[in-house]
Amino acid sequence: MYVAVKGGEAAIDNAHRLLDLARRGDTTVPELSVDQISQQLALGVARVMSEGSLYDRELAALAIKQARGDLIEAIFLTRAYRTTLPRFGYSIPVDTNAMRISRRISATFKDLPGGQILGPTFDYTHRLLDFSLLQSTVPDTPLLAGSGLDATPRVTDLLNRDGLIEANPIQECDDVGDLTRDPLEFPATRDLRLQSLSRADEGFLLALGYSTQRGYGRTHPFVGEIRIGQVDVELFVEDLGFAVNLGVIEMTECEMVNQFHGSAEQPPQFTRGYGLVFGQSERKAMSMALVDRSMRAQELGEELSAPAQDVEFVLSHCDNVQATGFVEHLKLPHYVDFQSELQLVRRLRGEHAAAQSPSSTAAVLNKEAAE
Amino acid sequence: MNSPGPKATGYNFGYLDEQTKRMIRRAILKAVAIPGYQVPFASREMPMPYGWGTGGVQVTAAVIGTEDVLKVIDQGSDDTTNAVSIRKFFVRTSGVRTTTSTADASIIQTRHRIPERPLQAGQIIVYQVPIPEPLRFLEPRETETRRMHALEEYGLMHVKLYEDIARHKTIATTYAYPVKVDGRYVMDPSPTPKFDNPKMDMSPALQLFGAGREKRIYALPPYTKVKSLDFDDHPFEVNRFTTPCGLCNATGVYLDEVILDDQGGRMFACSDTDHCETRRVDGHRGLLLGDAHGQVGGSRHGDD
Repeated sequence: MYVAVKGGEAAIDNAHRLLDLARRGDTTVPELSVDQISQQLALGVARVMSEGSLYDRELAALAIKQARGDLIEAIFLTRAYRTTLPRFGYSIPVDTNAMRISRRISATFKDLPGGQILGPTFDYTHRLLDFSLLQSTVPDTPLLAGSGLDATPRVTDLLNRDGLIEANPIQECDDVGDLTRDPLEFPATRDLRLQSLSRADEGFLLALGYSTQRGYGRTHPFVGEIRIGQVDVELFVEDLGFAVNLGVIEMTECEMVNQFHGSAEQPPQFTRGYGLVFGQSERKAMSMALVDRSMRAQELGEELSAPAQDVEFVLSHCDNVQATGFVEHLKLPHYVDFQSELQLVRRLRGEHAAAQSPSSTAAVLNKEAAE
Repeated sequence: MNSPGPKATGYNFGYLDEQTKRMIRRAILKAVAIPGYQVPFASREMPMPYGWGTGGVQVTAAVIGTEDVLKVIDQGSDDTTNAVSIRKFFVRTSGVRTTTSTADASIIQTRHRIPERPLQAGQIIVYQVPIPEPLRFLEPRETETRRMHALEEYGLMHVKLYEDIARHKTIATTYAYPVKVDGRYVMDPSPTPKFDNPKMDMSPALQLFGAGREKRIYALPPYTKVKSLDFDDHPFEVNRFTTPCGLCNATGVYLDEVILDDQGGRMFACSDTDHCETRRVDGHRGLLLGDAHGQVGGSRHGDD
């Protein structure tokens, strides 16, 4: 009469075979290639690379395919692969001043050295479904400016010339922590906070950044500059005595310029919030810059009142691989713990009923005996 | 006991690379040296989700050797889905022998239970831990709780237990019931039912606790004093069951409630499936076993 929960292994194997089938979908529809995903779902690929902390378009596209388009699952796959890779060194910091820019905009100045370069953007598109995309299309050839020729100094450097904005703090490369090799401890320094934000969930940062705009730890932000383009990754090789180029990656950088009223020691000055992520990912870079600035509240002597200012709160909950694992672990069996809660609640209810009406005591006792 | 299965190629023995294992072993050594103290470690992303045993898996991967015999249980059972998954993972990545028998295992990875059969010297039990910090739900900040541990400032915990008694006339914590280790650190025993707490006290086995998402390892070396927190006038009590196991007639064990129908029918059976089956093989029969063969409903089988 009692059928134990048995045969878990066979059931798991079958469920996974079913997953493979569901992933492929209708076999009369051509199968997606990883190249197609990499080329045509490039922003999804960028997000997976960024939050998966692994710059590899092909692997990110593969992960998206394997995950059936579930980007957090794809990020998880990427992270789990990344952690098995050997670490043979740390690159020298990428130089975003030398970025080959494909998009660069500033919201603080109408025009500036290097110009405003719109690049491939959804901004100013009318969000009307384009039914022509239901069929295969060949896009028109756009006119391209001769970009990359003019120097594009940073907006924040221009402001810094007049002392209007705080100087960037200098941190020696040797002192920079590594979130993936050492456990994060609090209070976390800004290098670790930025590492954590760069791989943090886009949606979580978006909501937190948004909350600061709505008054929960207001920072009065302006987009000093967003730049997207290609940067060189270089490794300093001791034996050679110079840095060698390992390759080129696309990055999005956002420098937010925020108001600061000054303190007893410091005159009013603009302050900085910083965002840097892999690929083209403006929403993420902007959100990151907002949250980075918010988390500097304590350092700048601002009142601490909002979630986005709380370093421990933000960093403990921003990682979607951790978050999804723990939320979804509730699916696992918990019947041992539930049993002990069940016992307690039954007992407390029994005692409660007994206290309420003495006549019901006998019934409760009978029920207990039946157990 | 099952012989080793085919081992996956392309991965190091036990999945983790040797440098990572060394880092984890250092954390374990520190944890053993300071019983009950939570040692931060650089937890890795594992190929299973955080919250699904990544801490336990990393600890097991760091201590397992080719001669080990591994048992994995979840809710006391070897056959629950996640236990199956973790056991398969180690078969694939280390090729070690596995078993469902508590007596035969050299390493037991567990979620939510401690086997009924007393552990022996030389055995290692690895607990999967979701929230290692016993003070977390009293004080959410890590910066605060670490200081409270450092100062041995556990008044808040006693206040919480006292408030339970004031409200319910009993301590309303039934699992993850806090313990004091060797008179010093208050420790979360992982979400085992408090029924299992006494098994931790002076156990001859090495007890290791891994929390992957929270990046903490802690430990109880063999023969460590482990005391469940209580008050003189409200001593610690374990959960008690009024019926014996319906399958093997065991008493004094932790039971699962199984709902049989929608008319309120239910039965109780051992949560520790190995213990239950061993008893049935030894000829013990529960009231609800009926005419069935003694090996029905167990988890011991030869195909994993």
